[in-house]
Amino acid sequence: MPVQTRSERFSSTVHSEFPEVTGREAIWKYSPVDKLRELIDGELDGAPYAVLYPEAAGTTVEWVDRSHELVGAAGTPEDRAAANAWTSFEKALHIRLEGEAETLTVTRAGLGDAPRAAHTLITAAKGATGLVVLDSQGVAKLTENLEIVLEADANVTVVSVQEWDDTALHLASQFARIGHGATLTHIIVSLGGEIVRVNPSAHLAEEGAEAELYGVYFADAGQHLEQQVYVNHDAPHTRSRVTYKGALNGDGAHTVWIGDVLIGRTATGTDTYEQNRNLVLSDGTRADSIPNLEIETGDIEGAGHASATGRFDDEQLFYLQARGIPEDEARRLVVLGFLSEIVQKIGEPVLEARLHEALEAELQAAR
Amino acid sequence: MSTLEIRDLKVSIETDQGTKHILKGVDLTINEGEIHAVMGPNGSGKSTLAYTIAGHPRYKVEGGSITFDGQNVLEMSVDERARAGLFLAMQYPVEIPGVTVTNFLRTAKTAIDGEEPSIRHWGATVKDAMGKLRMDPSFAARNVNEGFSGGEKKRHEILQLELLKPKFAILDETDSGLDVDALKIVSEGVNRAHQETGLGVLLITHYTRILRYIKPDFVHVFVDGKVAEEGGPELAERLEDEGYDRYLVAQA
Ligand SMILES: Nc1ncnc2c1ncn2[C@@H]1O[C@H](COP(=O)(O)OP(=O)(O)OP(=O)(O)O)[C@@H](O)[C@H]1O
Ligand SMILES: [Mg+2]
Repeated sequence: MPVQTRSERFSSTVHSEFPEVTGREAIWKYSPVDKLRELIDGELDGAPYAVLYPEAAGTTVEWVDRSHELVGAAGTPEDRAAANAWTSFEKALHIRLEGEAETLTVTRAGLGDAPRAAHTLITAAKGATGLVVLDSQGVAKLTENLEIVLEADANVTVVSVQEWDDTALHLASQFARIGHGATLTHIIVSLGGEIVRVNPSAHLAEEGAEAELYGVYFADAGQHLEQQVYVNHDAPHTRSRVTYKGALNGDGAHTVWIGDVLIGRTATGTDTYEQNRNLVLSDGTRADSIPNLEIETGDIEGAGHASATGRFDDEQLFYLQARGIPEDEARRLVVLGFLSEIVQKIGEPVLEARLHEALEAELQAAR
Repeated sequence: MSTLEIRDLKVSIETDQGTKHILKGVDLTINEGEIHAVMGPNGSGKSTLAYTIAGHPRYKVEGGSITFDGQNVLEMSVDERARAGLFLAMQYPVEIPGVTVTNFLRTAKTAIDGEEPSIRHWGATVKDAMGKLRMDPSFAARNVNEGFSGGEKKRHEILQLELLKPKFAILDETDSGLDVDALKIVSEGVNRAHQETGLGVLLITHYTRILRYIKPDFVHVFVDGKVAEEGGPELAERLEDEGYDRYLVAQA
């Protein structure tokens, strides 16, 4: 295959325009495609579903038509499952932030086990600030697209929590377009589900745009958790930070992180750093971690990447044990500390506490 | 009375170049309340002795014994040794991401005492101890040793010494990297622990400066994995003037 720049990857909203998935494609080769055929090619229910959310000042939540002007404003599917979702959704869930919006948590817990398509828009007005949590629970077979559109100077955090039931299948493409001087903090938390693949991309489309992309995941036996991250620096003086941390425990626990960063010709003065760290807690696991940095301009501020997958740091364990802390308690502290670093970025105490508990429970189960 | 007794201790480590013998028969007895200084050239095995007493898995004991009040220390796990009352202030304290100092101290105190410290008093105790070591209260919310300066890490070690109240402390170059004021503050911390709890101390150092604040009862010269000479505080002065040449020549 010819070397292809990341920005030239084929994209389309139409399912039939993508070739059949063989499982050998760069975008599919780490995923268990045979278990995902229904979502890639099957018929999908695209009707609105039940969502739960409280009233929060500065926010509105409504179902909008496919023809809404912001549908398609942030991105276009790059794989057949995302295109299947796009072709099939009937209405999009639109979450709008204006001014100093209050924290908003939108929960979807009743998707059911029939294959389904969804489309979500999170848009922030000029200068708006806020935090949106998209909280996914229960049973699901879902392929979907999420678009995040930040107008100039908006400063917004989006947290996508995947705490599905053990049987859930979930494929998501999350596209963000970040405007002039705007900042997106994007956090993925993937804990539950049989196969969960969330691919976030951030298009730093205008001068001074910033993106901080975080992820934390914990894969148990037989669980596949994947994230293909793409940051497109496409304007001068843009900044990005990507930090993903994961833990793996149990036979067949599989995690995938692909981090593509493109610094385009016009993206002078770019500052970017991406890293992925995985902590392996048992035998029989597999962590794929692939950073890619593509630079088309000579004039950049900084660009780097790091990737590391390893067992416990024996020195950390020794230090804690040397203070009287028994070995399994020391391990628990080290793992929780390792993963908490991401949770600490959320800035929403109730959710942070809940996720700490969820991580504790994962660790408890890991013994 | 508590006694830490080291007899004919021989220790090696595995390296890429094969087995390396570092300690070649160390004898040392420390009684409760005594302060022993250990001085010696770089690479002579001082940290190896410290880590071996604490139970670091890297160091392999080839022979000899370590007993603490009659218990066989070498059969104890790292955390059992700490709970028995041994404490190592490390030459290079380890950073632990995501674990706050507050959480760490409470967890360690609970492990050492076998019960949670009183919620009402513990916070104040920690704050007070930090104040005495001139540590800014903001350290409590920071992750363990993460981004601490060299001197801040050393203060944090002594903070733990004061809060965990061990019976014996090994201080591995706690004075290295401290400015003059910090040296005094840290020394006062060690002296407080010594006076209040009858702490026994094994103080590893390269400099007599700290011995002006912490008065040793005994000084041991450590050369090539063994104690080459023992004496009182005056021995430290002589080392400062003469260096270790005498021992190294004798050895060659
Ligand atoms: N992990 C290791 N790999 C290789 N050699 C080692 C390792 N750890 C210790 N050594 C060697 O063992 C010897 C003793 O080291 P140790 O750290 O105990 O010395 P020290 O007396 O504490 O020195 P310093 O005064 O420099 O702190 C040295 O020669 C050192 O290089
Ligand atoms: Mg040393």
